[in-house]
Amino acid sequence: MTPTRKKRLILASLIVGGVTLSVAFMLMALQENLNHFYSPTQVVAGEPPDGRPFRLGGLVEDGSISREDDGLTVHFVVTDTAEKVPVIFTGILPDLFREGQGVIAQGKLEQGTVFRADEVLAKHDENYMPPEVADAISTAQGTGVPMTHPGAGI
Amino acid sequence: MIPEVGHFALILALGVTLVQGTLPLVGAARGIPEWTAIAVPAARAQLLFVVIAYGCLTYAFITNDFSVAYVAQNSNTAQPLVYQISGVWGAHEGSLLLWALFLAVWTVAVTVFSRVLPVTYTARVVAVLGLVSVGFYLFMLATSNPFDRLLPAPAEGRELNPLLQDPGLAIHPPMLYLGYVGLSVPFAFAIAALLDGRLDAAWVRWTRPWTVIAWVFLTLGIALGSWWAYYELGWGGWWFWDPVENASFMPWLVATALIHSLAVTEKRGAFKAWTVLLSIFAFSMSLLGTFLVRSGVLVSVHAFATDPARGLFILIFLGLVVGGSLMLYAWRAGTVSGGGSFELFSRETLLLVNNVLLVGAAAAILIGTLYPLFLDALNLGKISVGPPYFDPVFILLMLPLMLAMGVGILARWRKDRLEAYWQRFPLPKHLLAVVMLALLLVTALVMLWLMVHIVKIAPPAPTTLMVTVGMAMVAWITFTSLVAILDRLKKKANPWKAVLGLPRGFFGMTFAHVGVAVFTVGVTLTTAYSVEKDLRMSPGDVFPLADYSFRFEGVGPAQGPNYRAQRGTVRVFRDDSEVTVLYPEKRFYSSQPNNAMTEAAINAGLTRDLYVSLGEPIPGTADWSVRLYHKPFVQWIWLGCVFMGIGGILAATDRRYRMASKVKRDSAAATTGPAPALESKA
Repeated sequence: MTPTRKKRLILASLIVGGVTLSVAFMLMALQENLNHFYSPTQVVAGEPPDGRPFRLGGLVEDGSISREDDGLTVHFVVTDTAEKVPVIFTGILPDLFREGQGVIAQGKLEQGTVFRADEVLAKHDENYMPPEVADAISTAQGTGVPMTHPGAGI
Repeated sequence: MIPEVGHFALILALGVTLVQGTLPLVGAARGIPEWTAIAVPAARAQLLFVVIAYGCLTYAFITNDFSVAYVAQNSNTAQPLVYQISGVWGAHEGSLLLWALFLAVWTVAVTVFSRVLPVTYTARVVAVLGLVSVGFYLFMLATSNPFDRLLPAPAEGRELNPLLQDPGLAIHPPMLYLGYVGLSVPFAFAIAALLDGRLDAAWVRWTRPWTVIAWVFLTLGIALGSWWAYYELGWGGWWFWDPVENASFMPWLVATALIHSLAVTEKRGAFKAWTVLLSIFAFSMSLLGTFLVRSGVLVSVHAFATDPARGLFILIFLGLVVGGSLMLYAWRAGTVSGGGSFELFSRETLLLVNNVLLVGAAAAILIGTLYPLFLDALNLGKISVGPPYFDPVFILLMLPLMLAMGVGILARWRKDRLEAYWQRFPLPKHLLAVVMLALLLVTALVMLWLMVHIVKIAPPAPTTLMVTVGMAMVAWITFTSLVAILDRLKKKANPWKAVLGLPRGFFGMTFAHVGVAVFTVGVTLTTAYSVEKDLRMSPGDVFPLADYSFRFEGVGPAQGPNYRAQRGTVRVFRDDSEVTVLYPEKRFYSSQPNNAMTEAAINAGLTRDLYVSLGEPIPGTADWSVRLYHKPFVQWIWLGCVFMGIGGILAATDRRYRMASKVKRDSAAATTGPAPALESKA
């Protein structure tokens, strides 16, 4: 093997090795850190795996918001019009959080029944419905037609 | 009437670009000088028409012409003039018009500065840019016409989203678009080079400043967006790995790789085919970013499927541009490849490492951004990919990049030796060895930690490790940058005078690299040491955070030009002396009186930001929920980007590019034929 070829071989194997390694780590990281979305119906049916964080989405049920005396801990119920899941969140809620609004909460189930949220997302548009929530509601209602509001995005 | 003039001007612009995109290409291929000569006047006519169209739309905004649907949706009479003007690019249709306008401006700029290039070459470049323009005009006229009428006209328009009524965001899209569109210039040059079958040093030298300027706009545009998110969204974050952010970050990463590979191609004649490929990738990423943000595919894959006109158009356009140029590349790349050889330890190798890592990072972000869309499209479940994926993967790729940066700026072109390399450091050898060893060890530990973290075997390691590594990288980059300056002055009789004589491009590089170090300081320290507290406060309450104490004085009403607000007063003390008074607000814009908008109050400083935002009133009391932040060194994140931008401007205005043009102009005047390929300097 000529010296030039040897050098090229080293260089090429370094690159191939590096790329393979990075792709492997990338896929591993992707697999480990996927954040699945579940609707209240799926949560009640016990679909989310135990103890792992996931995203819960639906509408904030009318009349379900109550606050503890610390002013920060909020209890509310998320529904897809078929099933309901109670949620606890401590902290400051986004501006558009209100009854009837579509929200997505990130967190874990506690004792299999109450969802403890670390983060609650509501978009900055009163007419915006998170697509996951829209799908969940239409599935729960059995219409099968996703109700979505395209054209958001800034 | 005026909107119809605008609409008509758009149609004329389309007609002119059709000519600009076709005839010169045929003329260049067949050798018909009359046809190639059309390129320049056509580009100027296009600019004229698109300026008229843009002016008409702006006029409609300023005069509150709500019979134009786009104006009615994005402006109203109460909106301040500045936001009526910036409202033009506040939504989909207008931002496309801005894209087209910038593309026309860049095209004409190319015609003005390219008089030194062979005529056929310029004609091809202008024609390729014209073809891209055709795509945008067709898109506007077919699916998103900003001049569509809304009859009967409403008496009052909907307001521009109040979140967007902000000076930072008003200039964010134009900056970003100048960057996106700017990348079309190296793309057009690459395509023209492939068509021409020739890629010489003159070509590369000519493309470099254009690419760098586009990159500067991208850098500043992304930084502005991040800065806006930080102070406007009210939760103190500065980067969310949101698909919209990723859409602008991927072209930036590829453009950064392109800048570096252009350096190799210019100086050493190597990496030619790769540089051409990167030019294609960089512009494809810009188009992909536009597609992701503008087609609605991010909102919902299914929304895209039910209203496919816009998304489908961009997708086809993207397919034509990317597919077409890659096919051309596959067919013609052989004609431009070849060039200087280099040894394993050389600056070329390190720049290759740079390119692999940057393109790898762009690919990782692309996968993370598109994967949820694929799964959703195939009905395999709804997932989101967030910081737990992006953070470790990105850091894992950036650490070796920063190491390589320090090595690369001191390494020699073509061939270097380790012993010679170490002698460039003004330190005794054994001391240097200790420093290096420590740096390597720490990096190794961090890599190990990140891997463990990804596969979740151990709990997260302490942040001190992260800080140590981050700061070690900062030290490494700064140190090697300084050594590189000293190295250049070594044999000079009068070093102080020689500093001024160093090429501006070198200063640009140093500035940009130090910018990376400054940026890393900001990211590392903010991530590790920020303190955040959500709490309920009564008027008079005091809360200590870091070495400051925050006293809440209560909330009262306030009035703005087109909103009313609840304004809080928070006094901040340090060692019993008042540092600042902060006024966080909850704003209610008159167009959306039921929606509160949180307006955080920030006292920014070089070493820390104090950040207060209001939550909600506690019913029946004067109490509020309040969010307090102490964020050390967070401004360094944007300061670093400003450094990179300054570096880019310095590099792009290096004398050598102007000198090269001048020399070429003289020789071009002497010999009217195509300029001979420059031999690359050894």
